[in-house]
Amino acid sequence: MSSAISVSSLYKTYSTGFEALKNINLDIRHGEIFALLGPNGAGKTTLISTICGIVNPTSGTILADGHDIIKEYRAARSKIGLVPQELTTDAFETVWNTVSFSRGLFGKPAKPAHIEKILKELSLWDKKDSKLMTLSGGMKRRVMIAKALSHEPEILFLDEPTAGVDVELRRDMWNVVRALRESGVTIILTTHYIEEAQQMADRIGVISHGEIILVEEKAELMRSLGRKQLRLFLQEKRDEVPEALAQYELELSSDGCELIYHYDTQKERTGITALLKDLDKAGVRFKDIQTRESSLEEIFVNLVRERK
Amino acid sequence: MNLYAIKAIYLFEMHRTWRTIMQSVISPVVSTSLYFVVFGSAIGGRIPEISGVSYGAFIVPGLIMLSLLTQSISNASFGIYFPKFVGTIYELLSAPVSYLEIVVAYVGAAATKSIILGVIILATAALFVPLRIEHPFVMLLFLVLTAVTFSMFGFIIGIWADGFEKLQLVPLMIITPLTFLGGSFYSIEMLPPFWQKVTLFNPVVYLISGFRWSFFGLSDVHIGTSLAMTALFLIACILILRWIFTTGYRLKS
Repeated sequence: MSSAISVSSLYKTYSTGFEALKNINLDIRHGEIFALLGPNGAGKTTLISTICGIVNPTSGTILADGHDIIKEYRAARSKIGLVPQELTTDAFETVWNTVSFSRGLFGKPAKPAHIEKILKELSLWDKKDSKLMTLSGGMKRRVMIAKALSHEPEILFLDEPTAGVDVELRRDMWNVVRALRESGVTIILTTHYIEEAQQMADRIGVISHGEIILVEEKAELMRSLGRKQLRLFLQEKRDEVPEALAQYELELSSDGCELIYHYDTQKERTGITALLKDLDKAGVRFKDIQTRESSLEEIFVNLVRERK
Repeated sequence: MNLYAIKAIYLFEMHRTWRTIMQSVISPVVSTSLYFVVFGSAIGGRIPEISGVSYGAFIVPGLIMLSLLTQSISNASFGIYFPKFVGTIYELLSAPVSYLEIVVAYVGAAATKSIILGVIILATAALFVPLRIEHPFVMLLFLVLTAVTFSMFGFIIGIWADGFEKLQLVPLMIITPLTFLGGSFYSIEMLPPFWQKVTLFNPVVYLISGFRWSFFGLSDVHIGTSLAMTALFLIACILILRWIFTTGYRLKS
């Protein structure tokens, strides 16, 4: 089975000489949610724009559902829906017209029932006759999503869909994304909010300085890079870590009430048993224990920092 | 052919026209009427007939051409410049539409509007001066050909322009002078011999001359030459557009 999106040896150098993408190779599977993470200016938007036909690639090939995006652009593009990062709308058009326009542009005959369904799902139905200029930013964002879904795409790109969006809209949006995934749509998203990638994505790609530095199953990524923390809440305040426990490289919280132990979940021995024994020997008593996995954000920050 | 896309863009553009009906239809009609009042009635009464045609009637084809050219250019250039300016062009670039379809839709809509306008101005003129049209089919052919050609030219300007100033510059600095000096208000035979020669480099001369011939059978240059020049300009625009779209000039980085 071919991939939903297959990028091979893709380079993009802008006319200014800036190398935005360097040797990108990426396969996105049918029906998955793929989160593309990376700092600002890493090349996320350039990559999406190139796949969608807005930016010309310098070299390399891109297939969308097996169709070359340049030679078979009609077949390729009609499968793709794009929600760009910037809020750009035709101020004087109504919601209904602009969404219907998008459907026509993508070569589909009018289907009011489908437009109605999308508008209702995105809570835009009561705004259908409003001009876009009268809508709030969050509402405009919904319209952009409705436009992208108007032609029933099989692959959906969401470029920073939740940037500057309130909690309610984010929740609505993720409900729509989940429903789309269930109906078999492949979703590629970029986001600042790493907890969203953590919640939503099946796989995660990290891009930095125009290169894909990592593509991994989310769970796998969390597991392989994840470090855990064991926090011990002490019964008595301490000024320093007992010397007998030096080998564990414990950290004492600034208020002196907690001891923090870092360990790697991947290792055969985490050292917890020994630590607890030694704590007992040293006469350290504690009232509570807590363990915590590092978040994707911490993993991501570490990854990008390592590359520098 | 993605006919749905052509239809969508065409209707979108026409909708824009209806929305801005005052600016796009009524104001050219008002300004043209003023020309008739001033040149046709007030001053025109003191100017002798030109080859048997009253001055008021003589300027009608030129005035229609003046509106047709400026409106085709401004409408088509704005139609494509605005999406570029606000950013909605992303959708056009990512849609499964060919360049040909984009041009057909945008230029078709701009030309439609100009032709409607030309007909309205013609009807307005008929209220002021008695008119006769000797070759109605040639008249229509010129109307359509000019509207399409200059809408294409406007489309090119809209892609080329990277600011509102440039958008205004070409119509204002090039088209308006060329039209005024192209024989809208006079026959080029009235010019001194040297300027008669110079004027032949003005492409608008051929449009106005051909158009006037379709009304009165009078022309400064042969009707065949006029048609050939218009066709030549049309082909030049098509070639430029093809180049723009194959290179992605000012559209894609």
